[in-house]
Amino acid sequence: MKKHTYAILLAAAAFACLAQPAAAQDKPWHALGRTATPAEVAAWDIDVRGDFKGLPKGQGSVSKGEQVWEGKCASCHGTFAESNEVFTPLVGGTTPDDIKSGRVAALAKGGVPQRTTLMKLSKVSTLWDYVNRAMPWNAPKTLSTDEVYAVVAYILNLGGVVPEDFTLSDKNIAEVQEKLPNRNGLKRFDGMWETKGKPDTANVACMKNCAPDPVIGSFLPDFARNAHGNLAEQNRLIGAARGADTTRPAPVALEAGAAKKPAPAAKARPDVADAKQLLATNSCTACHAVSNKILGPAFRDVAAKYKDKDKAESYLVTKMKGGSSGVWGTMPMPAQGQLNDADAKVIAQWLMAGAK
Amino acid sequence: MSTDLTKLIGRIVKAPENFLGEGELEEARKARRGFMGKALAMGAGVASAALAAGARAADGEDAILTLPEHSKTLGQPVAALGYGMPSKWEKNVQRRDSPGLTRVPQSSVSFTPLQGLFGMITPSGLHFERHHQGWHDIDPSRHRLMVNGLVRQERVFTMDDLMRLPSVSRIHFIECGANTGAEWGNVALPTVQYTHGMLSCSEYTGVLLSTLLEMCGYDKKKGKYVLAEGADGSSMTRTISIERALDDVMVAWAMNGEMLRPENGYPLRLVVPGVQGVSWVKYLRRIEVGDQRYDTKDETIHYIDLMPDGLHRQYTSVQECKSVITTPSGGQTLLDKGYYNITGLAWSGRGKVKRVDVSVDGGRNWRSARLESPTLSKALTRFNIDWVWDGSAAIIQSRAIDETGFVQPKLNQLRAVRGTKSIYHNNAIQSWKISANGEVSNVQVS
Repeated sequence: MKKHTYAILLAAAAFACLAQPAAAQDKPWHALGRTATPAEVAAWDIDVRGDFKGLPKGQGSVSKGEQVWEGKCASCHGTFAESNEVFTPLVGGTTPDDIKSGRVAALAKGGVPQRTTLMKLSKVSTLWDYVNRAMPWNAPKTLSTDEVYAVVAYILNLGGVVPEDFTLSDKNIAEVQEKLPNRNGLKRFDGMWETKGKPDTANVACMKNCAPDPVIGSFLPDFARNAHGNLAEQNRLIGAARGADTTRPAPVALEAGAAKKPAPAAKARPDVADAKQLLATNSCTACHAVSNKILGPAFRDVAAKYKDKDKAESYLVTKMKGGSSGVWGTMPMPAQGQLNDADAKVIAQWLMAGAK
Repeated sequence: MSTDLTKLIGRIVKAPENFLGEGELEEARKARRGFMGKALAMGAGVASAALAAGARAADGEDAILTLPEHSKTLGQPVAALGYGMPSKWEKNVQRRDSPGLTRVPQSSVSFTPLQGLFGMITPSGLHFERHHQGWHDIDPSRHRLMVNGLVRQERVFTMDDLMRLPSVSRIHFIECGANTGAEWGNVALPTVQYTHGMLSCSEYTGVLLSTLLEMCGYDKKKGKYVLAEGADGSSMTRTISIERALDDVMVAWAMNGEMLRPENGYPLRLVVPGVQGVSWVKYLRRIEVGDQRYDTKDETIHYIDLMPDGLHRQYTSVQECKSVITTPSGGQTLLDKGYYNITGLAWSGRGKVKRVDVSVDGGRNWRSARLESPTLSKALTRFNIDWVWDGSAAIIQSRAIDETGFVQPKLNQLRAVRGTKSIYHNNAIQSWKISANGEVSNVQVS
C-alpha cells in the first residue's frame, strides 16, 4: 500500500469514528438491523407483568364473560371451567379459607383429583396475559381487550374470587390480585435458577458394598405390558437387543435366539390423509369419540342421525366449518375455520359411511 | 456341549459342527432336517429356495453362500433422493407420543427413541417435540426478531441481518423440565423412549444473545431480566436472567448443519444451555429487557415444582446432573447370555460430566464407565462399559457425577427433599431389571 493512500484511509477512519458510535469501530456488524417503529413495538409487546406493566385499559363483566365463554371457551373447558376432557380443569379445589390465607390447602393435603389452574395461579396478570396471547385454542389473539377482561372475570367468579355482578378492569385488578387463593403459594428457589446455585439433593459416589440387597418397590403390572404398543416394533431389528413382543405374555425362560425371529416392522403412517387422521390433526377427537359421547356427540350417533338425509354431506361440511349449537344439547361446537373444504368432505363422507 | 440343539436352529452361531462329536453332529443334522420340514410345510413357494439354502447350510451360511441381489445388480443413481432418508430397515426407530398422555396432539409431546441412538448427537428428524399449540412452517423471509424494553434503541432484525452477524456453533443438550416426570410416584412407562426421551443433543449455530443486546444498548444498570417470546399461536414466554442472557444463550437458526426443523422452531429459536427446554423459545420473535421477572403462564402455572408442604417452587430451570442406560433398557430383550456393552447417556446443566459409574447389582457395587469424547459442557456424554450377563436376574443402574462434584441422586434421596407430587426435574438414578428370560423392564428400587 502506498503511503499517501494509507494516510487517506487513516483520515477516513478517524472521520468515521466521529460520525458513528464508538462500538462500530471494533464491531463493524453493529449497523445491522434497524430501529423498531412505535407501532411495531405496540403490535408485538403484549406481555403483562406481575406489577401490571403492559396491561391495557379496559373492562369486562362476569356476565359478558359468560357469553364469550359459552361461545368460545366452554367447548374445551366445560361450562364451569371444570372439565378435564380436553385440558386440565381451570377451576375447582379452592375454598373461601384459601382466599383469606392466599394458600391453597389442598396442595399440601391432597385429596383433589387434579391440580387446577386456579389452585396454582399466584398472579392474576398471568391469567390475563395468557388468555390474551393464546386463547381461544384454535384462534389465538382474536379476543378484544374487553373480552379478555370479561373472560378473566368469569373464571374468577367461577372460583369464588369475585361476585357475580363484578366488572373487572385495569382500575381494580390489583385488588383482585389480593384475593387469589394461591397468591402466597409460590416461592423462588435460586438453587435451580442459577447455574452455580446450590443443589438441594446430595448423593455420595460409594463404589463397594454400598447398599443392602435392592428391593423392588415399583414395576409395571402385566396388564400394562402392551399399553404403549408392541415394543418389538419400537426397537431396531439388528444389534445387541430386540424389543420385547408385548402382544404376547413374557416368556418363562430365556429363549436363546427367539429374539432373532423376524420382528414386525413398524407400521408406516398413511401417506394420504384419511378421515381418522384428519379428526386427530384437527383436534376433533378432543370433543368427539367414535362410539361414546364426550363433550360432543359420538361420531356413530352423528352418522346414524344423518344416514338417509338428503344433502347431509354438504350440511355436515357447513356445520364443521361454521360451528354449530343446539342440535346435540347446549354445548356449542366452535367453528373449525382451519379445515379446508376437501378435508371437511373427507370427514363428512366418513360419517355418512357409518363412522367406521 | 449339553445345549438343546433344537433351540439353536435359525440362529447365527459359529459353525457348530466344528465343536461337535459324531453323535452330536447327527443330532444337529436331524434337528436341521426338522427345521427344514417346517419351512416346507409353511410355504410351498419358498420351498426350492429353502431347499437350496438347506443344502448349503452344511457348508456355511446362506447369507454368504447365496450372493444377494445387491451384489449382482445395478444400484440407484446419485441424487435419487434430493434429501436423503434413513434406511427402510430403520422404520422402528421413530418419535412416538405416549398413549393417553394428552387429548389433543397439538398440545403434546413426542419422545426421542433413545434406545435406538448412538453417540451424543440426536438426528434432527428424531429430536423430541413439545408443542403447546401446534407447529408451523414459517416463511423465513417474513420472520422478524424484535429487541425492545430497557434498551437504548429498540430494534428489528430480519433473518438476513441475523445470519450476517458473527455466529458461533456449539453442541448442547436440551431436556424438557418434565422429562421422567411421570415416574415421581411410581413406575409408569415401559421404555427409555418414554421415561427419558424428552432429551436431545444437537450442534446449534446462531448469534450470541449478548451480541444482540449489546447492539441494542441494553440498560446495564436496570436490565435484570429478559423475556423471550415466540411467534406461534401460543406465543410462549419465559423469563431469563440477564447473567444467563449475557453468558452462553444463543439465538440459533441452525441445528446439526442444516436450518432448524419446523418442529424445532424454524427459522429461529433460543438456545439456553443447561436450562429446561421450555426456555428455549421456538419461532422466537421478541426479546424484551426488563427490571422484573415476568411471571408468565409457563413459569407461574406450569413448570413449577410442587413440594410436600404445598408450596410450589418457581423459577427452577437448571437441569441437574443425570444419566440413563439406553441399552439394555426397558422393553428390550437380550439375545443370549454372554458379553454386552452397556451404553448410555449422561449430562449436566451445570457443566461437564466428569464420571459415570454403572452398577449391575442394583446399586451395591459400582464400576466407572468409559466416557466417549468429546465431553462438552452442557452436552450429552456417551458412556460404555463391558458386562458379561450370566443369565440370572440383574438390576442395572448408572450414576453420573458432574464437574461441580454433584452426584446424581437416588430416587429416595430426591423424594426425601421434594416429595412425590412434583412433575418436574426428576433426575434420579434409573433402574432397569433384566429378568432371567432376557426381558428388560422398568423398576424402582429402595
